[in-house]
Amino acid sequence: MRPATAPRKRRQDTRMLILSPQTGALTDGTIDDLPGWLSPGDLVVVNDAATLPASLHYRTAQGLSQELRVVRIDESATGTDLWVVLFGSGDWHTPTEHRPAPITVAVGDVLTLSPELSLHVAEISPLSARLVRMRPAQTGTALWSALYALGHPIQYSYLQEPLMPWSVQTVYGGRPWAVEMPSAGRPLCWQMLAALRRRGISVVTLTHAAGLSSTGDAALDACLPLPERYDIPESTAQAIALTKAQGGRVIAIGTTVVRALESATRQAVAQGHPIGTVRAGTAIATLRLSADTQRFVVDGILSGLHGPGESHFDLLSAFCPAPWLSQAFSHADQHGYQCHEFGDVELIVPAAILSGLQTGHAHHEGRAHTLGALDVDLAV
Amino acid sequence: MGYAAQPGCLHQTHYPTCRAGTKQRIPMRLDNTTALITGASRGLGRALSTALALRGARVAMVARGKDALNQAAQEITQQGGTVYPLCVDIADKDQTYALAGAAAALLGPIDLLIHNASTLGPTPMPLLLDTDCEDLENVLATNLIGPFRLSKAIAGSMALRQTGTIVQISSDAAVSAYAGWGAYGVSKAAADHLSKSLAVELEAHGVRVLCIDPGEMDTQMHAQAVPDADRSTLRAPMQVAEQILALLAAPTKSGTRWVVPAAADGAEVQR
Repeated sequence: MRPATAPRKRRQDTRMLILSPQTGALTDGTIDDLPGWLSPGDLVVVNDAATLPASLHYRTAQGLSQELRVVRIDESATGTDLWVVLFGSGDWHTPTEHRPAPITVAVGDVLTLSPELSLHVAEISPLSARLVRMRPAQTGTALWSALYALGHPIQYSYLQEPLMPWSVQTVYGGRPWAVEMPSAGRPLCWQMLAALRRRGISVVTLTHAAGLSSTGDAALDACLPLPERYDIPESTAQAIALTKAQGGRVIAIGTTVVRALESATRQAVAQGHPIGTVRAGTAIATLRLSADTQRFVVDGILSGLHGPGESHFDLLSAFCPAPWLSQAFSHADQHGYQCHEFGDVELIVPAAILSGLQTGHAHHEGRAHTLGALDVDLAV
Repeated sequence: MGYAAQPGCLHQTHYPTCRAGTKQRIPMRLDNTTALITGASRGLGRALSTALALRGARVAMVARGKDALNQAAQEITQQGGTVYPLCVDIADKDQTYALAGAAAALLGPIDLLIHNASTLGPTPMPLLLDTDCEDLENVLATNLIGPFRLSKAIAGSMALRQTGTIVQISSDAAVSAYAGWGAYGVSKAAADHLSKSLAVELEAHGVRVLCIDPGEMDTQMHAQAVPDADRSTLRAPMQVAEQILALLAAPTKSGTRWVVPAAADGAEVQR
């Protein structure tokens, strides 16, 4: 599928493919149709993590420019640690898997990025020599000022122009916890969020530290996503409980929201709380979504378009049988949808939300495509 | 569905009101409140930072001049406040987005955003026909566009969480026209209207937007604008900061413009 090669000027122009996880039916639309596909009493949960300028550079003693991508930030009483992935020379025009191997580092090395920022190598991950824990010499205001002064957003080789910090944000970003943009939320604008709320669909938030999508290192890529920090506000936990109690559906904007909520409910259950409960607070998500993942909280998802073989395709198969996902992807490809971070989206919502077809849907000009009988076990 | 506001925020809900009485000292603690204040190294911004930080709020102090900013921050820290000095020119696009990110990283979600920084433009303040267009552009960049950009970067998170207050520090010059105050007055009138428009759009999302005219104060800015003023008639910024805090703690209606009076110990709504 063709990637979107630049951020859209108008978020509302994003196309949206609606996929029924029960029938496989497809409907073409745009993101503006979203409120019509949901019902009053449903709950939309977004990830409000703003996107960090996670790409940093330093020069080796030999004068070689090397890139560091922050993959995770650990804040503790003893200070702040940056987990980074090392990248070799070259820039964003080269796909990560074609970049030369980075210069390795050893525990005790100090990388000086500028007079304002130096990083001490504290630990090399057993997963890969390219995954390194750094302890910055700076803390607090000095550290964050330096990160923002020196860092750039992580770039993508398919883009026409380098990304600016404001191009990789949602309209509601808060704490900069995401290493790469929680991109399913990028098409949402305030016109849309206000329309959802006017329709009686609550929009609530959590913060999930979305990590790197790829490293170019097969061993490391196989471990993605790494454990990621999330924070669920009390008001969101309450809203989820209320929605569930009243029979509404919980719609996740992006896979990071699914990961946070489904991790949170597993942790709640482990502490003796009922299934489907979400506990407010900060924790680390270790759950890896797949077709086998049983969902206790999230009913539907808005996501980017992903085809077979992509890791996100497996995540989406937790919502819909894989053959239908493949069909949806082929349909989108044939009909000119665009993929990747700045591309189009698909909405996978279960049964009752299909009442939107009869009710809030009169303005909708999309065409419904019913797939032929597929040999699919719906119990998947 | 309605959700309780986050603990520690300055207001819980909106009530129509026309007066925020503040006869008593404000006992409030603001331990779970986060605030970002521009123009924080001197005058009213510094006083507001002090008043908030000493009540337990965590405050990002923003200013252009590094030495003055660090000095101001250090003094508040020595008194037990928690502040984060961030050296940024609010007229600069790159720096402003960096500011929003760094502040959110250091403070968490921001409850209170105070647009206090502003520039008079060239001083002594020229008549409009003697004002270079570029000087007007610069005044608008600092007093209007910069604050708008910062609001855009922060208010979305507030609206999503359905809590938060944005304050535009205004001026009498936003309402009345005075010779020599044209560029500044235009920028302040526009900033007021921007705030009111923002208030209309954010009302349904639980974010309060206020304009506050602090009145004349004994500040460096006032001395630049009116060098021959009798300073003994001017109020101390700290006194005004206390009045503003009382106003913010009261259930003031979003979209209103308040004038902090010179004599009384309260503030009155203007319109």
